Amino acid sequence: MTLLLDIALVAWLLALAVHVAVQSEERSAIIALLAFGLLLGLAWVRLAAPDVALTEIAIGGGGTAVLLLRAEAALRGRDRQEEGMTRAGKLAVAVGCAAISAGLGFAVLTLSTPPPTLAPAASEALAATGLGNPVTAVLLAYRALDTLLEKVVVLLALIGVWSLAPDGIWGGAPDVKPTAVPAPLSYLARILPPFGVVIGIYMFWVGADAPGGTFQAGTVLAAMWLLAMMAGLTPAPDTERLLLRIALMGGPALFLVIAFLGFAFADGFLAYPESVAKPLIVAIEAALALSVAAALAMLVAGPARKAPAR
Amino acid sequence: MTALSQPGVLFGLCGAALVGMGLFVVVTHPGLLRRIVGCNIVGAGIFLVFGAVARRGAAAGLEADPVPQALVITGIVVAFSASALAVALLKRLSELNTGDRAGAAEPRSGS
Repeated sequence: MTLLLDIALVAWLLALAVHVAVQSEERSAIIALLAFGLLLGLAWVRLAAPDVALTEIAIGGGGTAVLLLRAEAALRGRDRQEEGMTRAGKLAVAVGCAAISAGLGFAVLTLSTPPPTLAPAASEALAATGLGNPVTAVLLAYRALDTLLEKVVVLLALIGVWSLAPDGIWGGAPDVKPTAVPAPLSYLARILPPFGVVIGIYMFWVGADAPGGTFQAGTVLAAMWLLAMMAGLTPAPDTERLLLRIALMGGPALFLVIAFLGFAFADGFLAYPESVAKPLIVAIEAALALSVAAALAMLVAGPARKAPAR
Repeated sequence: MTALSQPGVLFGLCGAALVGMGLFVVVTHPGLLRRIVGCNIVGAGIFLVFGAVARRGAAAGLEADPVPQALVITGIVVAFSASALAVALLKRLSELNTGDRAGAAEPRSGS
């Protein structure tokens, strides 16, 4: 029975991808991408990866769709169009893409058996970190360097987005609220954020022992903030505001401080002393969740559109 | 066919197909926003191949290998940041081409 579910999911994913390729209306293609992200979350659950499912639905489905829908509205009628390719050109590209797919598929079918796995090593060291969720342990203990660098990459992308504002209005506020706020949006923005914040904090807290975690929680919090900004309930902050910048930097800064303290109190960079491993990890996660929330919301909000209020 | 009966391989093949389809959209579609959507589909396909590798690595009481899963979570966040930067660049490009601010003239209907 579950095989039927798997086949149905795969069929839907491929059908939505085809829809994105052939659809002429941009908006319909973006909503197909949203549905694609949500179904992909179900696929991740079938692959026994609930943490990834949460992240995919929140960021890959919802976050990317909000980003692209705002872009589509802003670009309506003025998207830069390259000349379309000739039929022969498209056929050649299709053959090339099919070859790439076939190669990848062949690689998937001939993956080595017995499959190499780090699961035994991961679960053995789990007791030392005090965590119950092995994925969180990988993200914040075994491969903490990856997470630190990932946060830095997110901040670099944000700086890139902010740098697209003209020099004169550097530091100003982005434009998030549409000219006319529909009543349902205003209503939703009043009702949903209290629940959203509680759910986000719960997802962060429970991520230590069960599926959940920093990035999922950060995305839910970012979504609630974006909702409030879009309905005009709270103004978009000036990008030069100290509080915003402290929120953005707080997570990676705390992470770096604890990483360097590892030289003094444990084995080296990013090593945690075993007695305080779990409190340190939870502290890093809390700061990181807030930073991720601020960064993701500002990434969707975009570059500054008006001069800062001084 | 025995390879197909292993857990996760079906989704791995789906990922391989998605990479090809997304790549086709990126190369051939005339509109730039759709190409960003195509990039996201390519990314989703690659992550699914990772997911197949993780699922096959079930051992020691865990249903899947947690290390590739953590890599995919990192990848999803980074892909979103890249999409955000690409969208911002695209908006700026359209402003430079048409000479007025994107979204300034039309009243957006709160999409």
